Amino acid sequence: MTSRNRKAVIGTDEFIKGIWRENPVFVQVLGMCPVLAVSNTAINALAMGLATAFVMLMSNTLVSTLRNFIPKQVRIATYILIIATFVTIVDYAIEAISLDLHKSLGAFISLIVVNCLILGRAEAFASKHRVRHAVLDALGMGIGFTLALLCLGGVRELLGDGALFGVAVFPDGFEPWIVMILPSGGFFTLAAWLLLINHMQQRKEAKTGRVQEVPR
Amino acid sequence: MSAKNKTLEIDTSPHIVSGASVEVIMRNVVFALVPVCIFSVYVFGLTALITLTAATLSCLLTEHVLCRWRGDRSTLGDWSVAITGILYGLTLPPALPVWMVVLGGVVAVGVGKFLFGGLGHNAFNPALIGRAFLQAAFPVSMTTWYPALGAERFAVLPPSTFTLPFASPVYDSISGATPLAVIKFDGDITAATDLLMGLTSGSTGETSGLLILAGGLYLIARKMMNWRIPVAIFATVFALSGVFYLIDPAAYPGPLFMLFSGGLMLGAVFMATDMVASPMTSFGCVLYGVLIGALVVVIRLWGGLPEGVMYAILFANAVSPHIDNLIQPRVYGTTERGAS
Repeated sequence: MTSRNRKAVIGTDEFIKGIWRENPVFVQVLGMCPVLAVSNTAINALAMGLATAFVMLMSNTLVSTLRNFIPKQVRIATYILIIATFVTIVDYAIEAISLDLHKSLGAFISLIVVNCLILGRAEAFASKHRVRHAVLDALGMGIGFTLALLCLGGVRELLGDGALFGVAVFPDGFEPWIVMILPSGGFFTLAAWLLLINHMQQRKEAKTGRVQEVPR
Repeated sequence: MSAKNKTLEIDTSPHIVSGASVEVIMRNVVFALVPVCIFSVYVFGLTALITLTAATLSCLLTEHVLCRWRGDRSTLGDWSVAITGILYGLTLPPALPVWMVVLGGVVAVGVGKFLFGGLGHNAFNPALIGRAFLQAAFPVSMTTWYPALGAERFAVLPPSTFTLPFASPVYDSISGATPLAVIKFDGDITAATDLLMGLTSGSTGETSGLLILAGGLYLIARKMMNWRIPVAIFATVFALSGVFYLIDPAAYPGPLFMLFSGGLMLGAVFMATDMVASPMTSFGCVLYGVLIGALVVVIRLWGGLPEGVMYAILFANAVSPHIDNLIQPRVYGTTERGAS
C-alpha cells in the first residue's frame, strides 16, 4: 500500500484541507456573517469558532450516520433540524459557562443555524461520505474556521483595544484605533487577510508553475 | 491590468483639447494649492508645516514603494499623488500627531488609490479616504482643533505633534473650536469676514475661503477644472440653507456662513472635482454637485456631526458611476439617444 492510498483510507487529507487549502473563511469565503460580526475581540472570535466547530462536528457526524435513511426530498429540512438541535445545546452551554460571553455574542449564537458553511458541509460532504471522513472533515473545517476567526479577532483586538485575549499588550497610553472595533474594521481586516493569502497563493503558483485546483 | 501589456491606449472622457497631459494639469493644481498651504502655515504655525510635510511625504513614499513592489516604474512623476498628499494634509487638524498623519497617508494611497488600480481607477477621492479612516479610527484627535493665530505658533510646537507611534496624544488645555462646532453646540455665529479671510480654527487648509476660490478660478480659467461641480455645490448649499434661514433665522445659520465655514470651499473646489471620481457628462456633474450640496446641508443641520463635507463627497463619489449610467450622451452621428 502506497502512502497516498493509506492517506486516503485514514482521511488525513480530509482533515488538512479545511485548515489551509480549502479554508472556509479565507478560501471558500463562507459564513461571513459571524466572521465579520463577532471577530471584534480574540475571545469572542475563539468562542464563536469553537461553537461553530462543535455544531459542525456533531451535525456532520449525525448527517453522515443517517445519510442512507434521510429521504432526498426533505434532506435540507432534516439537516437544519439536526443543526438547530446542536445550536440550542451550544446556546445553553455558553449561557451556563459565561453570561458575559453569551451577551457579547448575542444573536450570533442562534444564527449559527443559518451558517451556510455548516449546511454546506452537511450537504456537500457528510451526506456522501463515511462517518469517519465526515468527522475528520468537520474537525478540519472547524479548526480552519476557528483559526481564521482568531486571525481576524487577534488583529482587531490588538489595534482596536491594544490587548490580546483581554491582556494589555501595549504599554499605557496606547491610542486605540476605534475603527477596528466597528463593523468596518471587520471588513478591513478580512480584506487584508484575503489579500495576504491570495498573494501567497499566487507566489506559490508562480514558483511551482501550476495552477492549483479550484476547491469544490 | 498590468501597464506593461498595454498595446492600445484608450482614454476616457473628458477629452481635453488643449493637449494638456496629466502631468501639466496636476502640476497646475499643485500651484493652485501652494498659496493655501502657505496661508495655513501662517495661521497655524510650525505644526501645520509639519502636518503638511508628513502628509505629502507619506503619500509620495507609499505610492513609490507600492509601484516598485508591483514591478512598474514609479508614478511619482505625474504629480497626482502629490496632490493627494497635499489635499490630505490640508484636511487634517493642524496639531494631529505625525504618526497618525503618516498612517492615514498610507491608507489614502494604499487603500484609496492603489487597491483600485492606481491613477484613473480610484472610485473615491483618495485624500478623503485617508481622512475618513482617521476620522473613524481616532475621532477625538480628529476633532481637537488647534487655535488659529496663536502668539507662539512659530516658536512652540503643540505637545501632540510628536507623540510616539501608537501612543495617545496629549493636548494643551488651549484648543480652538471650529465655527461649525461653535454654532452647533453653542449657537454662536462667527463673523463672515473672519471666515472669508480664514482667521478661524479648523482643519489645516480649509479656513481660507478666498485663497481656495482664487486657486479654483485659476484652474477654471486654464480649463483644467470642471466649473460646474463647485458652482452646483455652492448654489445648492446657498439656496437650501437660504430657505431654512428664511423660515427660522434663529434656528438655522445663514447661507453665507454655510458657504464659507468648514471644509466646504476646499471640498467643493479641490476634492469634489477629482476627475476620476466625478461624473463624465456636464449634466451629470451638475447633478453630482447638487447631490453633494444637499447632503452637506442635511448633515450639517440635522446630523450628529458639525461637518459633513467629507461624507457628502465620498457618498457622491459612490453615486457618480450611476449618474453616468443614467445620463448617456447621444452617440455622435445618431439621432436617437444611444441604445445601451
